[in-house]
Amino acid sequence: MSCPGARKESVKKMTGIVSYAAYLPLYRLDRAEIGRAWGKSGKGEKAVAAFDEDSLTMAVAAATQCLSGKNIGTVDGVLFASTTAPYNEKQSAATVAAVLGMSAETYTADFGGSLRCGTNALRAAVDAVNSGSLKQVLVVAADCRLALPNGANEMAFGDGAAAMLVGKEGVLASIDSIYSMSDEIIDIFRSDRDRYVKSWEVRFVRDDGHGRVVPLALKAAMAKNGKSVADISKIVMYSPDQRQLQAVTKSMKLDPAKVQDTFFNEFGDTGSAQVLITLAAALEAAGAGDRILAVSYGNGSDVVALTTTPAIATGKPKRDISYYLKTKLMVSTYQKYLRWREIVEVEPPATAPMEQPSPVALWRDNKSGLDLHGVKCRKCGMPQYPAQRVCIECGSKDDFEDYSFTNKPAVLATYSHDSLGVSADPPTTIAAVDFKGGGRITCDMTDRDPAEIKIDMPIEMVFRILRYVGGFYTYWWKARPKRD
Amino acid sequence: MDGIKDKVAIIGMGCCKFGENWDKSADDMIIDAVYEAYADAGVEPKDIQAAWLGTYMTEWTGQMLSRALKLDFIPVTRVENACATGSDALRNACYAVASGACDIALAVGVEKLKDSGYSGLPDFEIHRRQLNTYRSRSFSPPGHFAMMATKYFDKYGLSYEEGKRIIGSISVKNHYNGSLAPKAHFQAETTLEKVLASPIIASPLGLMDCCGVSDGAAAAIVTRADLAKNFRPDPIYLKGLQIAVGPGEGYMSQKYDWSHVEETVRAGERAYAEAGVKNPREEISIAEVHDCFSITELVIMEDLGFSARGKAPVDVDSGFFSLKGGLPVNTDGGLKCFGHPIGASGLRMMYEVYKQLQQKADKRQIKNPRLGLTHNLGGTPATCSVSVIIAGNEKG
Repeated sequence: MSCPGARKESVKKMTGIVSYAAYLPLYRLDRAEIGRAWGKSGKGEKAVAAFDEDSLTMAVAAATQCLSGKNIGTVDGVLFASTTAPYNEKQSAATVAAVLGMSAETYTADFGGSLRCGTNALRAAVDAVNSGSLKQVLVVAADCRLALPNGANEMAFGDGAAAMLVGKEGVLASIDSIYSMSDEIIDIFRSDRDRYVKSWEVRFVRDDGHGRVVPLALKAAMAKNGKSVADISKIVMYSPDQRQLQAVTKSMKLDPAKVQDTFFNEFGDTGSAQVLITLAAALEAAGAGDRILAVSYGNGSDVVALTTTPAIATGKPKRDISYYLKTKLMVSTYQKYLRWREIVEVEPPATAPMEQPSPVALWRDNKSGLDLHGVKCRKCGMPQYPAQRVCIECGSKDDFEDYSFTNKPAVLATYSHDSLGVSADPPTTIAAVDFKGGGRITCDMTDRDPAEIKIDMPIEMVFRILRYVGGFYTYWWKARPKRD
Repeated sequence: MDGIKDKVAIIGMGCCKFGENWDKSADDMIIDAVYEAYADAGVEPKDIQAAWLGTYMTEWTGQMLSRALKLDFIPVTRVENACATGSDALRNACYAVASGACDIALAVGVEKLKDSGYSGLPDFEIHRRQLNTYRSRSFSPPGHFAMMATKYFDKYGLSYEEGKRIIGSISVKNHYNGSLAPKAHFQAETTLEKVLASPIIASPLGLMDCCGVSDGAAAAIVTRADLAKNFRPDPIYLKGLQIAVGPGEGYMSQKYDWSHVEETVRAGERAYAEAGVKNPREEISIAEVHDCFSITELVIMEDLGFSARGKAPVDVDSGFFSLKGGLPVNTDGGLKCFGHPIGASGLRMMYEVYKQLQQKADKRQIKNPRLGLTHNLGGTPATCSVSVIIAGNEKG
């Protein structure tokens, strides 16, 4: 009790989760609607990224929520994990860091390769913080996987993202250990030549893939930590569907009440993001001192052991899982989903094909385009977007300070629903968005039901794909109705 | 600054048949319009000392004009100012004559849109750089003018149905006028029922709220006012020539209310001052304005001071802007029916004003015209290039 060594040990700062947030796209597809197209039944819904979302934009959405209210200046690493990154060659983490307005000294890296990549990135973040190489690392996992129409995977796969900030200060769940195992198997895969995920024969995949590896990893992790499953408050386990979750729960003799639901009937299998989305759900429900295990799967498994701290009570994200469960729009038809994913080729619009944008011009435009920064005139105080050199209001030249339009309250000044604009989700809704504190941005609207759009309605800005022309993505911001 | 008033006169004009001119090239249409103007002015090709060619996107430089007409190595300048292109070509030719740089100048506007294979305007990709960014929003012209319609309806408390009816009756009026114009693209009358039933392009604008996309060319020959009567007894004198080009305020400043067009207000005020017009509603006899969409014409009536703010619907309902009304607007059918070959439209409008002021407008002729006005709007309500030109049939 007065031993200085013991005291030192007790105040040693543990690495853990400092903040977290999930992101689920607004759109859901009723599995019965998929079933109708193929003459079969379907149960529940799956979360569907809008036509202008991908893993990168969903990662940005999750990261923005996760970092809300945090000092971004202390975050020195961004790890992006996905099996569906927009590029095979070109880093996504660098884009996420740019959108978040992080410094050029931020360590950025992409993880991929299997659905385990989310916890691969989490372990890398924990190791980096433990080693002192980085102070605070943002881990963000997102997936938007495609399966061939009329298959079980198409029914199962959903889209989503989750972000976790790993550090030593203000930890709301310490990460006590991570046990990892590797396992070579061809069960779920997509080669460099394929667009759609493939699975080998279903019983092989269930019994000798997930059903073999997850119990092995869980047992080994318990043995290594000297803990028993009875000590655990919640087990968060990746599972491709409900049935497999129940099968492993049964084979491991786990208490079903302690096994976290994976939201298969609400969001679907959200791939590499799933284990982090469900971990977020477990953290939201946890009290202080709860022990949580998060188990991933994909050519092996990572078993992450966490213990919540008293800070867990105040760390709940503003938009929690219950928000995403109730905030949704249904994709009206399966055809619409096929069009969004460009699975069916449609008659091109009767307008000139899109001209290829210039990466040079996009690069010049990074601060305005990615970080949603404009300028504020030092003389007259007027915010304006994009950055100007001569003030629109008072005419002064080169006398501006940077001004961020992110998270500024905004309303819809006017709009139109344009059936002539080229979009996979016609009509294109165009918006003039007026920001509190000044400034207007004219841009596209997304995530909207045309019938709900009204002048003066509250608006929030979201980062989306503006177009894909010439083999690269142009990302920009769009407006959408604020749903709180 | 004494301005252009009574320094320059139009002595000849020509205009080809507008429409989907599958069988005519841009050169063909230029030749049809310019040779009509030569004959109208009583001049020979060799009399032209300088020329301005207005085209938005048909070919490049002034060489198309020189090649089509086999001009004798005279200076030709290509002018581009979106939908105000033709009017700007005329303005440049007038300034050249007023400066004394030449005595007889030719202004031509032409557009060949229908080789593109598209129903709408063939290419609006240049607008992706409109805000000094490649990340510009998705753009279609009806989409942007629909934003103005929505805001106008909201601001003045018009229901969707009431708003649709008012702008729809502008299309009905322009179709009636177009039915009397032999060179117009569309020459059939329509009904309010048909307009209201037309498919939505950008809500609240339906197909029948949108102007025609057409091929066409128009031309004017100008000379010094003091020489004009050597050519003809009834020259038309330029009274005001103004262009206002917006700095993009509407896209980034909350000052812009989306229910007027500031460029029209500014160009109008300057043109009235230059021409000495005090009360446009009373003094302007006929106006040819840029009805790219029905809502645009409604708002222009207020921006040009023909109607008080929010009161254009009352004047539309009373027939004030119809052929027999107090201030006939778009007597040749406007962009809606005469068609809108972008670079040619400004000169096509002046062609109608010129014929009306000379009492040569046949079935469309209005009574005792004195001053005519043309107006073009190139761009979107939030930022555009607007021309306002005033011409009269009397000097002084």
